[in-house]
Amino acid sequence: MSVPVTVLDYGIGNQLNVLRALEHCGASVKVVRQASGSDLDADRLVLPGVGAFGDGMAELRARGFDQLVKRFAQTGRPFLGICVGMQVMFDASDEMGEHEGLGLLAGRVRAVPAAGAHGKPHRIPHIGWRPLLPSAPWAATILGDVAPQERVYFVHSFAADPAQHGARLAHVDYDGVPICAAVHQGNLHGCQFHPERSAETGLNVLRRFLKL
Amino acid sequence: MSHVRIIARLDIKGPNLIKGVHLEGLRVVGDPHEHALRYYEEGADELLFIDIVASLYQRNNLSDIIKRAANRIYVPITVGGGIRSLDDVSQMMHSGADKVAINTAAIARPGLITEVSRRYGSQCMVLGIEAKRVAPGRWEAYTDNGRERTGQDAVQWARRAVEMGAGEILLTSVDQEGTRKGFDLPLVQQVCDAVNVPVTASGGFGRAEDLAAVGATGVSGIAIADALHWKRMTLTEIKAHAAAAGLDVRRTDGRPA
Repeated sequence: MSVPVTVLDYGIGNQLNVLRALEHCGASVKVVRQASGSDLDADRLVLPGVGAFGDGMAELRARGFDQLVKRFAQTGRPFLGICVGMQVMFDASDEMGEHEGLGLLAGRVRAVPAAGAHGKPHRIPHIGWRPLLPSAPWAATILGDVAPQERVYFVHSFAADPAQHGARLAHVDYDGVPICAAVHQGNLHGCQFHPERSAETGLNVLRRFLKL
Repeated sequence: MSHVRIIARLDIKGPNLIKGVHLEGLRVVGDPHEHALRYYEEGADELLFIDIVASLYQRNNLSDIIKRAANRIYVPITVGGGIRSLDDVSQMMHSGADKVAINTAAIARPGLITEVSRRYGSQCMVLGIEAKRVAPGRWEAYTDNGRERTGQDAVQWARRAVEMGAGEILLTSVDQEGTRKGFDLPLVQQVCDAVNVPVTASGGFGRAEDLAAVGATGVSGIAIADALHWKRMTLTEIKAHAAAAGLDVRRTDGRPA
């Protein structure tokens, strides 16, 4: 049984590996590249994305996807944002000036601090496999089949700072600085890490999303 | 404890996985796809494919190899060799690459670094440096797989490329490459100190002790080829050695990460 999933391709970065990973996990993927005027006919929606927040929002708006995503979010059906696709779910970002996001989740996207807790500068972009740590219970979420301390792959310079209590689902420790790794609020799910590039742990996140 | 990625490096010539010494004297190892899959299954944190003759012939042969690999491999894939335009980058990304490593074309036209990082994000733009020692504490950047001199100081070039938008550096020591004699530690140290983006050290891994030594420089990635290709060590063993040396690595041998 394949699970239908709609992926929005809005021209930033490479969606291909997300598609492949979803298909590998048993999804039948429909890619939408332009808004048709009517609401998205989707059981599940995935918003990938790499690159800059401002570019991402501009491309979403240019395709009319911003309103479509906002309306989809209200249907209660499962939504997954990945990396920049997760960041744009928030109110705004500080990346290269101030940019307004979709506002599905309260909070801002801010630069990963340039130094660790001890004040020593660390490397930006933050790239690597970090152990996931719980910030809220994982049971009914995309992390339901992941054990704390399992590692996933990150590559980013900005990270979400959710304002709503409980919206932060997981974090990682970058030299003593907690970095938001996954978010959850109702039907809205997001991960800063790349599940499509995080080997079996990442595939288990996608498999879980397909079961939500 | 600093985190390092253990990266399997596959140098490709035509349809073959090859391995040389000082990027020369190439021997055929076998089928790149089979090796890439083995490294993925053994727990490689990333795969790095370099078309080593692409710059010479101004083409990149890797597309088909990457497409096949990307269907089965769910860790980051970096591709280098002969990438000289945004179209080349696009072709690699559409084949399944997550990042591109650019050396020769970036030296010829540094503006390409900015173009790639603007279009795909700096995380996609890996600067490849092939460094050759010219005096104690001094290295020159080479191109075309260690064949051509550029007259540029490798450390200064690293700094400049990061200012132009490179999000990561793949640093290959031509002197150490394929020798199993250990990494060029002063080189790695200088480049790590010169830039704040992640640096991957490539060239020279021979013994378990080399991991602790290069890990102490502040590298984010360690590229390994020879030891894996000739089955002198598995990724599981390499990661166990790295962990024993105090490095923070992703373990995949059944124990918790």
